Amino acid sequence: MIRDTTLAAKLWAVAIWAIVIFFVLNLFAMIGTVVTSSFATRWLGTWLPAGWTTRWYDSAWSEFQLGDVLLVTFQIVGAVVLISGILGVTAAYALARRDFMGKRLLVLLFLLPLLIPPITFGIPLATVLYQTGLAGTFWGVVAANLVPTVPFVILVMIPFIEQIDPKIEAAARVFGANTFKLFIHVLLPLLLPGILAALLLVLVRTIAMFELTFLVAGPTSQTLVVALYYAVFAAGVRAVQSIDAMAVIYMVTTLVWLIIALRFVNPTQIVTRAKQQPAH
Amino acid sequence: MTIALSQFEEVRLDRVSRDFGALNALRDVSLTIKRREFIALLGPSGCGKSTTLNCIAGLLPVTGGAIWLDNSRVDTLRPEERGFGMVFQNYALFPHLNVRQNIGFGLKMRGVPKAEIDRKVDEALGLVRLHGQENKLPGQLSGGQQQRVAIARAIVIEPPLVLMDEPLSNLDAKLRLEMRAEIRRIHNELGATTIYVTHDQDEALSLADRIVVLRDGVVRQVGTPKELYEEPAHLDVADFMGFRNKLRGRVVANESDRIILDVEGAKISGVAREGLSLGSAAYAAIRPDDLEVGEPGSNTLAVKVDTMEYRGREFVGTAHTAGGLDLVFRSHHAVEPGANIHLRAADERVLVFADAIRGRN
Amino acid sequence: MDALAPAPAATLHGPSLRQRFAARGFDAVTLLVVPAAIFSLLLFVYPFAFGFILSFTPKAGGDWLANYRRFFSDAFLYDTIAKTLWLAVPVTLLNLLLAVPIAFRVRLMRHQRLLTTILVLPITLGTVLVAEGLLNYLGPQGWFNRTLMTIGLISEPLKLVHNYWGVFASLVITGFPFTFLLTLSYVTGIDPALEQAGATLGASSWQRFRYIYLPLLMPGFAITFCLSFVQAFSVFPSAVLLGAPAGPTRVISIAAYQAAFEEYDYSMASAVAMIMGFVQLGIVVAVLASRGLFYRGPASGAKG
Repeated sequence: MIRDTTLAAKLWAVAIWAIVIFFVLNLFAMIGTVVTSSFATRWLGTWLPAGWTTRWYDSAWSEFQLGDVLLVTFQIVGAVVLISGILGVTAAYALARRDFMGKRLLVLLFLLPLLIPPITFGIPLATVLYQTGLAGTFWGVVAANLVPTVPFVILVMIPFIEQIDPKIEAAARVFGANTFKLFIHVLLPLLLPGILAALLLVLVRTIAMFELTFLVAGPTSQTLVVALYYAVFAAGVRAVQSIDAMAVIYMVTTLVWLIIALRFVNPTQIVTRAKQQPAH
Repeated sequence: MTIALSQFEEVRLDRVSRDFGALNALRDVSLTIKRREFIALLGPSGCGKSTTLNCIAGLLPVTGGAIWLDNSRVDTLRPEERGFGMVFQNYALFPHLNVRQNIGFGLKMRGVPKAEIDRKVDEALGLVRLHGQENKLPGQLSGGQQQRVAIARAIVIEPPLVLMDEPLSNLDAKLRLEMRAEIRRIHNELGATTIYVTHDQDEALSLADRIVVLRDGVVRQVGTPKELYEEPAHLDVADFMGFRNKLRGRVVANESDRIILDVEGAKISGVAREGLSLGSAAYAAIRPDDLEVGEPGSNTLAVKVDTMEYRGREFVGTAHTAGGLDLVFRSHHAVEPGANIHLRAADERVLVFADAIRGRN
Repeated sequence: MDALAPAPAATLHGPSLRQRFAARGFDAVTLLVVPAAIFSLLLFVYPFAFGFILSFTPKAGGDWLANYRRFFSDAFLYDTIAKTLWLAVPVTLLNLLLAVPIAFRVRLMRHQRLLTTILVLPITLGTVLVAEGLLNYLGPQGWFNRTLMTIGLISEPLKLVHNYWGVFASLVITGFPFTFLLTLSYVTGIDPALEQAGATLGASSWQRFRYIYLPLLMPGFAITFCLSFVQAFSVFPSAVLLGAPAGPTRVISIAAYQAAFEEYDYSMASAVAMIMGFVQLGIVVAVLASRGLFYRGPASGAKG
């Protein structure tokens, strides 16, 4: 790497770091505002609240029925992770190992739901789900969330499967493993790190997936992020601190999984692994 | 030849050091390179040879010492201000530019008029024998052709110094020999001054006017290929120059120009290359070629043959002594593995060095 | 057919079905792709096709183009395209212009992971949380205005929420990290030896950027622009929560949402969604078509 040492270059570097620091500072201040407010007794027109309390968490928990919402959220997320894992890994295996007619078209088909923003395909999808009566139900929300997550798993897993030498599978067959044994004893252990990473990312994305859940969820199939949206949307009905307490609970549920996910993946992968595919 | 390389008398490295944190990649490297010289920096990987080259090119700042081009100091200049030509290990050709644009890149950056760029690029294309390829992208060229483009791109800017970083390491064996000759031809035709980094002693011996052997960031020996080959100054240099047999022993006699070691009870006499005192540990270094199968006698080791490999003109054998010393030797006749034989070396062909650790700064 | 040996029935009729499929690459392993493909057809392709056709069968009757005619004749509706573009284009350009120099600087960092982890936060937290946070933070009593007033830059709080700038800020907070991480992956994909070669050939740092990095990175930048733009163009929750959803930030997704869930006119909603899709597609195609002008091969130095 070539580092410039002229004055202009130094000023340029300082300016760039200033922007980065400004951005990060504002980001933390924004999150800090939410956290501070959730613990505030009263916070109006001052730098810091008048006093501190945890009672907003109690009231948020009961007012927004967060116990139920969290339960529903984890059931939906769990179903999405499981189903997208099964559908995604099997499809990725076929796509990684075989070349067949129409493969490129199929890959494009799996790419589109990741490139097209959810709100664009969410409206026609919601229309169909309402017509079939699935919308508003648990499985309707799961189905809608699977639309981007199945392709996501496929596209994360394809390169992962490709880098496993097919000769290892051939060797297992030579030594007498049938397809099932091959999968359990050879493929699964090799693929586990990749599957784990992909599914953790699916988990984080599904907890935070607002648009699709919002468009198809009914009162009993709301996830936390949708409940948060309705609370903010109806601001004024509840105390701000109560909404912020809910926001903190949402942040914690997301970040716990993000931290776990970051043990297995690089942060840039959350954005680039799936998105970079079209960029040959 | 109108590619006229800038005139200067010498490049001087004056106690150049480079640290990476606590690691001293280079320590007090001093070296003077005369105009038109072909210098090879030779050493195992991690010895500091590429670091030296990158410091000269300006890609790495030095952390101590200075680099001089005659009377002007260059280590404080940015790489683009030094004007040295460099050939990179993986060529680093610009993949989006064709051959002509790649070669003309440096001239374009200097604001040379278009017509002159064309003329000089044509000339450089001729020098590296690449006419007819000028509109191809690097990806469409073979390894050897890419190598030629990289060389042309470095010399067309008429640099006082051409730096080459293991330029042949990505080529197959046959092409490597061919390009080796090409590099020397181009150096001679241009009257260039070249610093060439390699880990391959054959390359260094056949190309260079002088070789600088580096180890652990320190210059171990500077000399002509003949000097290095025949009179290595240290055990590690000898090792690099093909003295594959290193017999550890103790000095038992030290007479004028001959020194005698006790190696597992056998007396081995040789030429001392470093100062040695009686009773101290020392190594006798012998090339496989200089060991011959013979009768018991002076300067002989009794060994048991382990393997015998047919190599066309001769055999290469491995053997070990009763004390477990491994030896490599050559022989015109096959010897059965398992046979007990005697290996003899003429005492003027045996070089004796101090313990490997001593002599390092 | 060979006359000497009577051919079994299967060969008489040519290769078996299984063999014919195998010849085209279909075997048991290939079939593993079928569940996901069916799923994608049912939940992605079918709804899209359904919505497309539905958009031509207006709920209120009238001819097949009535929805589209209504959209483009009602300023309240067609203005949403301009309003969305007016948000999405400047934000995307700003994010890209910031991301490029920062990515070049961060590439030199040894511990990139801390910064990339911080930047992944707003992406993972999502737009709803960012909207909620900014509502307080950028509000008249929020820390942002307070700080500016304390250091004396302003005397009155700036109005930064429930208008254009609130949505703009939220799109920068979630969009910049996305753009930056994409850009960083492209920038670090370029062999540093190319820059070193440029330097030894006399190119200054600006020339190295202009003649080496920029041409190699243009295709990546084009894709980054497209993906960032599409994200910004589909802004929804923050436009409602942080913006003025009846006024300057009435973006196209709000129009689609209202048609579907307030007027229960799924036909009109589908039409708006299709228009949204086509505008996105149009910009993406325009940008990627100009990509054809750039070098598109590997950016890692040429080998072999």
